[in-house]
Amino acid sequence: MDQVDFNAPHSMGTTIIGVTYNGGVVLGADSRTSTGVYVANRASDKITKLTDNVYVCRSGSAADSQVVSDYVRYFLHQHTIQLGQPATVKVAANLVRLLAYNNKNNLQTGLIVGGWDKYEGGQIYGVPLGGTIVQQPFAIGGSGSSYLYGFFDQAWKEGMTQDEAEELVKKAVSLAIARDGASGGVVRTVIINSEGVTRNFYPGDQLPIWHDELESHNSLLDILGAPEPMNI
Amino acid sequence: MSSIGTGYDLSVTTFSPDGRVFQIEYAAKAVDNSGTVIGIKCKDGIVLGVEKLIPSKMMLPGSNRRIHAVHRHSGMAVAGLAADGRQIVARAKSEATNYDSVYGDPIPVKELADRVASYVHLCTLYWWLRPFGCGVILGGYDRDGPQLYMVEPSGVSYRYFGAAIGKGRQAAKTEIEKLKLQDLTCRKAVIEVAKIIYGVHDEAKDKDFELEMSWVCDESNRQHEKVPEELLEEAKAAAKLALEEMDAD
Repeated sequence: MDQVDFNAPHSMGTTIIGVTYNGGVVLGADSRTSTGVYVANRASDKITKLTDNVYVCRSGSAADSQVVSDYVRYFLHQHTIQLGQPATVKVAANLVRLLAYNNKNNLQTGLIVGGWDKYEGGQIYGVPLGGTIVQQPFAIGGSGSSYLYGFFDQAWKEGMTQDEAEELVKKAVSLAIARDGASGGVVRTVIINSEGVTRNFYPGDQLPIWHDELESHNSLLDILGAPEPMNI
Repeated sequence: MSSIGTGYDLSVTTFSPDGRVFQIEYAAKAVDNSGTVIGIKCKDGIVLGVEKLIPSKMMLPGSNRRIHAVHRHSGMAVAGLAADGRQIVARAKSEATNYDSVYGDPIPVKELADRVASYVHLCTLYWWLRPFGCGVILGGYDRDGPQLYMVEPSGVSYRYFGAAIGKGRQAAKTEIEKLKLQDLTCRKAVIEVAKIIYGVHDEAKDKDFELEMSWVCDESNRQHEKVPEELLEEAKAAAKLALEEMDAD
């Protein structure tokens, strides 16, 4: 077995999703950050706030996506102060795109920008590797998304309710986690609409079981009342 | 309320003992002596109108435009020193296209007005610059609806339902106040603006003038454009008729 290279760049293999529904958007992601084959963080939060009403799902290089988010958050903050009202999702996505495009030689990050504003309601914008910007009713990204194209072709429909949309996202991320080695951990979702933002968290035992997967069992350590590992 | 500011009026960076900056006030006088410019905000858009005084019979009609498009959704009518006005318009156009390239959205009219006002104000802060000798009426239609702003040589900018600058501004303002702007469509407003401009034009003191009008409204698809030819002719005819009726009394 090759030695694990702890100095390899942190990459979020990742599965990220953004979906519009009638009233807003639902963003979803897995929580695995890997350094080579080592899982550096099994509970990361890949859905990052840009403004009160706009969030971004990050994939690819962890560092690159964090830096881009930080810059955009800073610019949007100033823009909001100047404008005197919340920034629109389109403006946020455009700022992300400018950074991604103008620094395309030095960045390796795919982003999905999603949010709600009073003019256009819920919107999702995909900003993949080269720095294109494309508004879509739903967007998927990251290494795990390869396994979801067919799933969305079948399962996606226009004008879903909030619950339907969140179910769809949860199911999709957990399907990708099952097949993609670089995605794993828990499923995080963020729902954004006119009323505000709701964050949800679904650990493994709350996710559906897919073909050939095993049921999770309670650990014998819990059942037998075994002492804490460190107390021996 | 004129007064001579002897000694305190030579530089824009000098205050007078009673707290006035005379250079800015003198700049405003340049605007007051120019042809009347009106802007009104109606139910479905903005109409801008200019009394363009023609100094020479040799000039081609339609030349020396006083109303300029700043962006697809907004336009600017200038009163005062024409060359100064051209600078302000150039700056406004530049701000608008820059905003569009950075933020991916047409510049909100409020933001545009703020930036133009900042620029005009900038030139009142340094002794090596002089204030702009022109006032600007800016009308635009964005996501928050139609909006009208006026920027004065001091750099002050307010939002208005109706605004007038130049020679006939007092009379024009009185006429505008008589209109019920919430019920007026732009199509009707064009006629009213023409009547007002013809009304305030002083036949005795000034030479010929040319009426220049533009609008941005639902009918023009929220784009700023010259008022269509036939509507402009209709407005001019109605205005001339109204004048004759007034004279006949």
